Amino acid sequence: MKLTLHVWRQNGPDEEGRLETYDAPAVSPDQSFLEMLDDINEVLVTEGKDTIAFDHDCREGICGMCSQVIDGVPHGGMDRTTVCQLHMRVFNDGDEVFIEPWKAKAFPIVKDLVVDRGALDTIIQAGGYTSCHTGGVADGNALPIGNPTAEYAMDAAECIGCGACVASCPNSSAMLFTGAKVAQLAVLPQGEVEAKRRVNMMLEAGKELGLGNCTNHYECQASCPKGVDVKFIAKLNREYIKALL
Amino acid sequence: MAIFQSSAAEITIFRSSVGRKIIMAVTGVMLMAFVCVHLLGNSTVFFGAGAINAYAEHLHSLGPLVWVFRLAMLGLFAVHIIFGIQLTLENSAATPEKNVQIKRLRTGFAAQTMIVSGLVLLAFVVYHLLHFTVQVPGMGVYEFNEATHMTNVFIMVASGFKQVFTVLLYVVGMIFLALHLSHGFQSFFQTLGLNNDRSLPLFGAISKVFGVVILFGYISIPLLIIFGLVK
Repeated sequence: MKLTLHVWRQNGPDEEGRLETYDAPAVSPDQSFLEMLDDINEVLVTEGKDTIAFDHDCREGICGMCSQVIDGVPHGGMDRTTVCQLHMRVFNDGDEVFIEPWKAKAFPIVKDLVVDRGALDTIIQAGGYTSCHTGGVADGNALPIGNPTAEYAMDAAECIGCGACVASCPNSSAMLFTGAKVAQLAVLPQGEVEAKRRVNMMLEAGKELGLGNCTNHYECQASCPKGVDVKFIAKLNREYIKALL
Repeated sequence: MAIFQSSAAEITIFRSSVGRKIIMAVTGVMLMAFVCVHLLGNSTVFFGAGAINAYAEHLHSLGPLVWVFRLAMLGLFAVHIIFGIQLTLENSAATPEKNVQIKRLRTGFAAQTMIVSGLVLLAFVVYHLLHFTVQVPGMGVYEFNEATHMTNVFIMVASGFKQVFTVLLYVVGMIFLALHLSHGFQSFFQTLGLNNDRSLPLFGAISKVFGVVILFGYISIPLLIIFGLVK
């Protein structure tokens, strides 16, 4: 099939960006979205032109590197699907496709579709870990954790840190990302010890980084490729109240 | 790095993102409670002049308590508005440049226009207070009753709502109120973490119904008066 692509091109964080149009004359429905972009780039290379820069790594939907806003939705709007797992069969012959980077003050554009998502690492560094001494490696299952709790923590831990929550949020808030980490650690005995300090420090980091405030739009959950639930933001709020009191 | 130098003392509820969100939710739910009580009080108008005037006299007889209540309401309003504006400004600063194409999957009109509906409501409340509380001469018919030392509330309300423009202003004001509450009510539960993944959609639905009930409750007063159904 034939597609017309409108791709955001920007040389650097302080440069002016613009949408440029590319023809994709022979797109296979079996290609992934990134393979389709690889084809475009190959043509650009043979023409001696600057290729479209985009982030990618595992290409199997688990690393959280791919980050493109496709037709106005981070990851393209397919339920629980990263860009790399988005396949061209969902598009129709003749479609015009808009490809843009994550846009947020906290995510400066490095080049074209590549943004610096170091802000999310900074939030984790501020408290998204446990630092209590637990001795040597314990026997498996020595620490009893109920199945519902383990499942809850695993659901929160599904977050791959791609930043789609920030990109989809009208306020560029990272509360789903922060909430998932706070919730995951707060319900487990290892993480509970530092729960109060963690929630305060992670929220403070988000504020310092210029990320926005959550106003309950729930766009984050809708665009999250792992379907991380906004119940973890409610949990974050509960943890904050606990720390406050 | 700067963030690691922040001491716990600096991280107060007035600075924290979630802290201020909780302040918005708590002041918001108190204002919602006022909206409900105010509607119940207003509905005495349906029982005629005697009923609403008796209700007004009863409130009037509380004396200094009225002023305590008014100051508390002013405080709630001020906090809700100041933090609302501050958070909105921060949120727009967090997204200096938007995507060319934006498609929203889940949020709605009410959620995306909270600052607009909020500011319209502020203007409406100022108008409403000038009209019915301050009773600015010329804005309405204010008949002073020597016996009760009060304005005849029924005449003030009934004559006001005989004018199409006034009724329109109140109906439009209440549409914005309904929009604001239809997002605000469910937001309260999410913000205080009083929900989970199962109850969240339920609170969302109740929130919309709440907005509609408040809308029809309030606009029924001017509409029934202008159509001559309340005498």
